Amino acid sequence: MDNKARIARIVKGVAAEPVDPAPGDSLFESGLLDSFSLADLVTELEKEFAIKVPDSDLVPRKFDSIDRIDSYVAARS
Amino acid sequence: MAFLRGFGRYLPARVVDNRELAPMVGADPAWLLHATGIEERRFAADGETVSSLGTEAARDCLKRCGAAAAEIGLVIAASGSGEYRFPGPATAIARGLGMQGVPAIDLPMASAGSLFGLSLAGSLAHQYGNVLVVASEIMSRVVRLEPPGRDTAILFGDGAGAALVSANEGFAEIRDSVLVSDGEFAEALRLYWDAPLYMDGRTVILHASRKMPRAILQLLERNRLQPGEVGAYILHQANLNLITRVAHAVGAPESRFFCNLARYGNTSSASLLIAAAEWRALNPDRVVQPLVFAAFGAGLNWGAVLAMPVESPNS
Repeated sequence: MDNKARIARIVKGVAAEPVDPAPGDSLFESGLLDSFSLADLVTELEKEFAIKVPDSDLVPRKFDSIDRIDSYVAARS
Repeated sequence: MAFLRGFGRYLPARVVDNRELAPMVGADPAWLLHATGIEERRFAADGETVSSLGTEAARDCLKRCGAAAAEIGLVIAASGSGEYRFPGPATAIARGLGMQGVPAIDLPMASAGSLFGLSLAGSLAHQYGNVLVVASEIMSRVVRLEPPGRDTAILFGDGAGAALVSANEGFAEIRDSVLVSDGEFAEALRLYWDAPLYMDGRTVILHASRKMPRAILQLLERNRLQPGEVGAYILHQANLNLITRVAHAVGAPESRFFCNLARYGNTSSASLLIAAAEWRALNPDRVVQPLVFAAFGAGLNWGAVLAMPVESPNS
């Protein structure tokens, strides 16, 4: 499973929605993520990819789409 | 050493339920309840001010503690919604209590101001004796009660809380605190004089969800306590969902987290002490387990305070 597929699985899990967002779709604008599920998403990304998201990176737009998350995870890994 | 002697609170008489608020902000009352968990909040009357609310909460605190204003050696007043750039409400509260010459310090800190005040009082009580911590907010005047301001306006209410911290008596000892500030995200929650309160909810919740549990766990770990050993967690009443998530992240039962958000909404810095006053009124007996207070807010500022049971309570 590639990283984007792993990220999509996490997004669906924290959003509790059986929806497959396109890689470039805004997860906030689509309603998949809200303020609280965003926090859950970051926690799950840390576990899945064995990364640590520092406080300075807790910026919602970094996690606004699967593409952006993929780029972020790649940079942190 | 410093001790918690007691708490007090004041809520304005006017109750604004969701049926009254909903049309102001162009929302449905049922949606409002679902989105916030808030059933009603209080709005200050026209003649009330941040300092008048704070003075009433302070009077309530002194009455509950059986203390007189003349016993107070220092006043610390937290507020993010004061009417003036300066002076802040601290001196007016002291004057309202009939104090003369007693130092009165303002903490212009929304949300976490009362927690920082409690911690500072714990450190300063040995020098000033009895320290009165007051937090007072009139949030209804700083949000936009119109449809464009809906998402922020629906969260807040008005009120004031107070705590009396003493150098030599009380029901629990203020043992330790973790206070943290980080200005990197200061713009996420701000209030200018010429515009309504601005809150980037996603950023604030994201940071609060991670930082508040971290501060609590750090505090417990360095005091060799397990989350389950804490008898009550009293948090800034920002959001029901946030309190639930902090409970899960800390690993303590939700039932230990006191919550009165449904009746008052988020009263910013006042909420912690209003919650403490109501928790203490419901639990007036001897405290036998540790207490944890925690808050997160504009700045960003956040932290936690630990209070331990005393062996032979004398208050």
